[in-house]
Amino acid sequence: MVYGLIAAGVLVLIILWVIAMYNGLVRKRVDCDNGWSQIDVQLKRRYDLIPNLVETVKGYAKHEREALEAVINARSRAVSVSQGGSVPERAEAENMLTQTLGRLFALSEAYPDLKANQNFIGLQEELTSTENKIGFSRQHYNDTVARYEQSRQQFPGNIIAGAFNFSKRDYFEVKESQVREAPKVSF
Amino acid sequence: MSQSPGPLPIPPIPPWRPPAGGKPAPAPTSPPAPRRGPELPPPPKVSSYYPGSITYLDLMARNRRQSIVLIGFMVLLFVLVGVVIAGAYFIGQPEILWKSALTGAGVALVVGVLAVVWSYYGGASAILLLSGAKRIEPKDDPVLFNVVDEVRIAAGLPMPKVYLINDTALNAFATGRDPQHAAVAITTGLRATLDRDELQGVMAHEVAHIRHYDIRFSMLMATLAGLIAFVCDGFLRVAWAIFRGAGSSRSKEKGPAIAIAAVVLIIAFVLYLVAPIVGFIIQMTFSREREYLADAGAVELTRNPDGLIRALAKLGQDRDPLVDVANRGTAHLYIVNPLRKMHATGNEASSLFSSHPPLSKRIERLQALTR
Repeated sequence: MVYGLIAAGVLVLIILWVIAMYNGLVRKRVDCDNGWSQIDVQLKRRYDLIPNLVETVKGYAKHEREALEAVINARSRAVSVSQGGSVPERAEAENMLTQTLGRLFALSEAYPDLKANQNFIGLQEELTSTENKIGFSRQHYNDTVARYEQSRQQFPGNIIAGAFNFSKRDYFEVKESQVREAPKVSF
Repeated sequence: MSQSPGPLPIPPIPPWRPPAGGKPAPAPTSPPAPRRGPELPPPPKVSSYYPGSITYLDLMARNRRQSIVLIGFMVLLFVLVGVVIAGAYFIGQPEILWKSALTGAGVALVVGVLAVVWSYYGGASAILLLSGAKRIEPKDDPVLFNVVDEVRIAAGLPMPKVYLINDTALNAFATGRDPQHAAVAITTGLRATLDRDELQGVMAHEVAHIRHYDIRFSMLMATLAGLIAFVCDGFLRVAWAIFRGAGSSRSKEKGPAIAIAAVVLIIAFVLYLVAPIVGFIIQMTFSREREYLADAGAVELTRNPDGLIRALAKLGQDRDPLVDVANRGTAHLYIVNPLRKMHATGNEASSLFSSHPPLSKRIERLQALTR
């Protein structure tokens, strides 16, 4: 009788523990997905800003055809990868876009008329801020992935994660060399 | 590389320790996550930006706990005052003393709960109104909104409301009951003085206050401390009136009545003196540690200590107090003490009665992060 009660008590404790672990993992996975959708919002914002920027720059700097085309190509590649591409693939396409944008902004330094254009100044602020927001949302997303992956891989969370099929989440990686080439706009 | 030629030459200092008197935080719960910033200097090589490897989650939990304790303490104080006032009022009729004291406690409980509810739901609007802050829209200042948006994204929080205070003094604060109902306010003077990176540092400091739930505790503190001072003041007046009434009564029990009234008066006087001072000291002590932690939290968000360091140096050069707008009750909300700007020089003692740590010490700790 007594042993039966103890066994029942232990069983209840184990069940409660499993529920707590499971809910913790679910919460962290939701955090990851929220973090990812934040990045997505900013990336879409960047896709929307770029055609405007290209049009504005074209009017002043016709000779920079190569840099402009690089931006347009990188954007369309990023847009196509954004439909169904994996996280590492998207990260690579977006890093490429960041790089080409940085080159375009660097080239535009040579055109004083362009730099004085109100539309360009506004776009520059918007793109710089969007660039920052992408960076910050990536930072936040990677933090949530780190927390999720730690719970998912560590014992004893890995037992629950395996039993209930909690899948792996990927970091949004940036290579250091690409980070340095990101547009640095002075104010 | 990320070390800027700061305006204040500071000798090397030892690694950051938790502020003395601060509770040691629970063991770290999250791993040193891989840190990746946007186009910023390489992040400082530290596993946590907070002292003692605590995380913002620990600070959040602590502020929630302390807010509940504060609310309990305030309601208790209201009940205590209610009991003493009711007891004092029926001091001549011992047969109904218990009943009247209980009634007083009940009434005070209701009043206290109402005060807490008002403070919790209306405190932020009251503080913003008192500070003369005007809410602005994105079109009024797109860059400010962008900067706030950036740091709140880094913290993974919803966008706070943005307010401007029309004043030449350099200051900023955050308030609200939780991140979903938060506001940041900045003076027009500070907005005009800072460049984009510095503004980002200041706003990250304010968003760190929101993230840590400092805003909840400091809002309750500001509004309830004001109410306590008000109640104690009223109690002293009542006790004085009873004392005079007992002295002039002609009943046979004049002697004991005066003695009891005198005791009530002494209690009232002690309460009048002590309660606001204790509240004030608690407020100051808590807020100083919170300022250091919000600085650390800001760097955790931006990964760029230089912006905040330069902003604090600029704040330190300002000698313009924010007297029209801030008072002793709200001083602890601001990023730098709005009442005594001589703090900036850094040679004043970080006394018990200062709501803010000296700016030079804050800058030193931030520079230690970049090593």
